[in-house]
Amino acid sequence: MRLRYPSNIRIILLPCTGKVDVIHLLRAFEKGADGACIVGCLEGECHYNNGNIRARKRVEQVRQILDSIGIGGERVQMYNVSSSEAPRFVKIVEEMTEKIISMGPNPIKIARKRKAA
Amino acid sequence: MIVAKKKPVEEIIEEVKNYEKILVVGCNECVTVCEAGGKKEVAVLASALRMYFMNQGKDIRLDEVTLERQCDHEYLEEIRNIIDQYDAVISLACGVGVQFMAEKYFSTPILPGVDTCFMGAAEERGVWSERCQGCGHCILARTGGICPVSRCAKRLFNGPCGGSTKGHCEIDKDLVCGWQLIIDRLKELGRLEDYEIIAPIKDWSTERAGGPRKVVREDVRQ
Amino acid sequence: MKTNTPSKLEKILKAGHMAVTSECGPPRGSDPEAITKKAEMIKNHVDAINITDNQTSVTRLCSLAACIRLKLMGLEPVLQMVVRDRNRIALQSDILGAASFDIYNILCLSGDHQQFGDNPQGQNVFDIDSMQLIQMVRLMRDEGKFLGGDDIERPPRMFVGAAANPFADPFEIRVPRLAKKIAAGAEFIQTQCIYNLDKFELWLKQARDRGLHERVFILAGVTPFKSAGMAKYMKNRVPGMDVPDEVVKRMSGVPKEKQAEEGIKICVESIQRLKEVEGVSGFHIMAIEWEEKVPEIVERAGLYPRPSVED
Ligand code: SF4
Ligand code: SF4
Repeated sequence: MRLRYPSNIRIILLPCTGKVDVIHLLRAFEKGADGACIVGCLEGECHYNNGNIRARKRVEQVRQILDSIGIGGERVQMYNVSSSEAPRFVKIVEEMTEKIISMGPNPIKIARKRKAA
Repeated sequence: MIVAKKKPVEEIIEEVKNYEKILVVGCNECVTVCEAGGKKEVAVLASALRMYFMNQGKDIRLDEVTLERQCDHEYLEEIRNIIDQYDAVISLACGVGVQFMAEKYFSTPILPGVDTCFMGAAEERGVWSERCQGCGHCILARTGGICPVSRCAKRLFNGPCGGSTKGHCEIDKDLVCGWQLIIDRLKELGRLEDYEIIAPIKDWSTERAGGPRKVVREDVRQ
Repeated sequence: MKTNTPSKLEKILKAGHMAVTSECGPPRGSDPEAITKKAEMIKNHVDAINITDNQTSVTRLCSLAACIRLKLMGLEPVLQMVVRDRNRIALQSDILGAASFDIYNILCLSGDHQQFGDNPQGQNVFDIDSMQLIQMVRLMRDEGKFLGGDDIERPPRMFVGAAANPFADPFEIRVPRLAKKIAAGAEFIQTQCIYNLDKFELWLKQARDRGLHERVFILAGVTPFKSAGMAKYMKNRVPGMDVPDEVVKRMSGVPKEKQAEEGIKICVESIQRLKEVEGVSGFHIMAIEWEEKVPEIVERAGLYPRPSVED
C-alpha cells in the first residue's frame, strides 16, 4: 500500500523514540523547524521496554520549554502508531501540518531572516 | 552528593535579559549525576535561551562549556582565557561552584542556574532525598546509622514525637518518620535497649549556628 | 509528704488524691478576658489549668502571659512550653520569667511542626528536644544551674511534667519512651486524648510491669467530642490520634442535636472506667473551645468537690 502524505515534512529514522533527547528537538527548532512530531510504537510495545514512555516525558519537557520562551509548546507532539497503521500515520501528519500552518512559521525562522536582511 | 534542581527558564531569562555575551557553565560532578547542571542540561538551557533571544530580536552570543568541577581552582582556571569575552556567566553548578567562580572572576556577574537543595542520595532514577545536613559532629553511631538531624522534621535527638503514625512523619504521609527508621534499625542490630539512653543536648556550634565553617588540615596543606 | 516544689498539683498528687487538670488555649488577640473568662468557668472544678503554647503552631497570645493572668486570679497554672520556637537561651529566660511570678508547674513539649499552623513558611528552632527540656528544668531547679554552668539566683521551683502519647507509633517503644522521660526527670505525665481505652490500659499495664507508675503521676487525657464530625476529624486528620471505629459509630448513631450530650457521656464513662485502673493518678480534661462543659464532666464523673491542700 502506498499512501501519499504532505511533502513538506522530513522523516528522520531512529531505531527507537527513546533515542530522542530534549536537545535534539530543541536544536531542530533552533534551526528553524516549524513543528516536530515524534512517532513511536504503541505504549507497552516498545522493543526496548520503555523507550516510547521516556520519549513522551521528554516531549513534555520540550513543550514546556518552548512555551516558556514563546515559541509555542504545541509545535511538538508525540504519537504512538503501530507499523501496520499506515493510514493513521498519514492522518497524523496531515493533522500536524494543518496545526502548524494555523500556528504560522517558527518565529525563530522569521527572526533569522530579519537578521539576515 | 549535592542535589540540585533546574531553575525555571523564565527565572533565568529574567536574570540575564540585559546581557549580550553569556557563557553557560556546567559541572561534571554532583549536578551531572542528579541531572540538573551537567553537559546535557547546559546544552538544553543554552538552546532555549538562544531561541528566546532570537525571538526577541536580540542578537546575543551564548556559549557552552562544562568543567570537571567548579569547586576547585584547578578546573575553574580552565576558563580564565575566555572569561573576558562574556558579560555574564550562568553557572549550573551547586551554590558552592557559583560562589567559587564568582570569587575567582571577581568582575564578572556569575548567576545561578540551579536551585541547590541538599546532600542526599539517589533513591531511584529521578528521586533524590536528603541524608545529611553537615552538622559537623556525626552521631550516626548512636542512632543506628540514621540521621535524626536530616531525617526527622523536628531534628529530635530523643524521638519520635507523638505525631509518628504508621511509620510516617506527622507533617506528610509520604515522608517516612526518621525515628521509626532509627528504631527499626536498632532492632535489627539487636540494640533496641540503647533507645533508652538519653541523647545529650547537641553542641550546635559545629553546625551552621556556629557561623561559616572551615576545615584546615595542616598535614595536607602546602 | 515530701514535695519538691510549692506546686498545688504536686501536693494533691502526693497526698494520694485523683488530680484534675484542664486546659485553656489563649486567644488570637490580646484581650485578657478571653483567658480569665475561660478560667472562671472551670476554676472550682480543677486543680490546675494548662495554658497551651501556640498549639498546632497557630500564633496566639503567649503561654507565659496567660499563665501570669491565672496567677493574678489566684489560680494554679501549668505553663506549657514547646521547643519549636525558642532556643535554649529563650527557654531558660522564659522559665525564669515564669518563676518570678511563682508559676510552679511546667509541661515540656516538642510542639507540632510549624507547617500545621499559620506560618508554615517560618523557620523552626528545635535547639533541644522535649526530653532535654525536662532535664534542663530539673537542672535549673535542683542544682540551681543554668545550662551553661553558672549559678541561678533564686532558681525556679517547678513541678515538671511531660506529655505521653500511648497511641503514636511504633507502639513497642511507647513504654520505653515513658521510662526515658521519667529518667530525664518528669514527675507527672499528661497523656494524649484517650479514646481507645483498651490500648491505653495495655500501655499502662506494660508501664506497671516496669514499676513506672510508682515513679511518675499519670494523668489520663480526655477530650469530649462535640459532634460526630469532630470524632471523624480527630480519627482521620490528627496525627497520633487513635479513635476506634466503634466510638465514631456511637457518635454518628445519635441524632445531631444529641451528639454533644453523647460526647460528654463517652467522656464521663471513660473517666469512670479509668479511675479504677491502677496507675492512673488523675485526669487532664481538654475540652477544646468547650470549657463550659468541664464542670459538668467533673461532677458527673464523681470527681467533685476538689480536695483542698493547705499551702
Ligand atoms: S549526624 Fe550530622 S554529620 Fe551525621 S549524618 Fe546527620 S547531619 Fe550529617
Ligand atoms: S513524626 Fe517522626 S520524623 Fe516526623 S517530627 Fe515526629 S519524630 Fe520526627
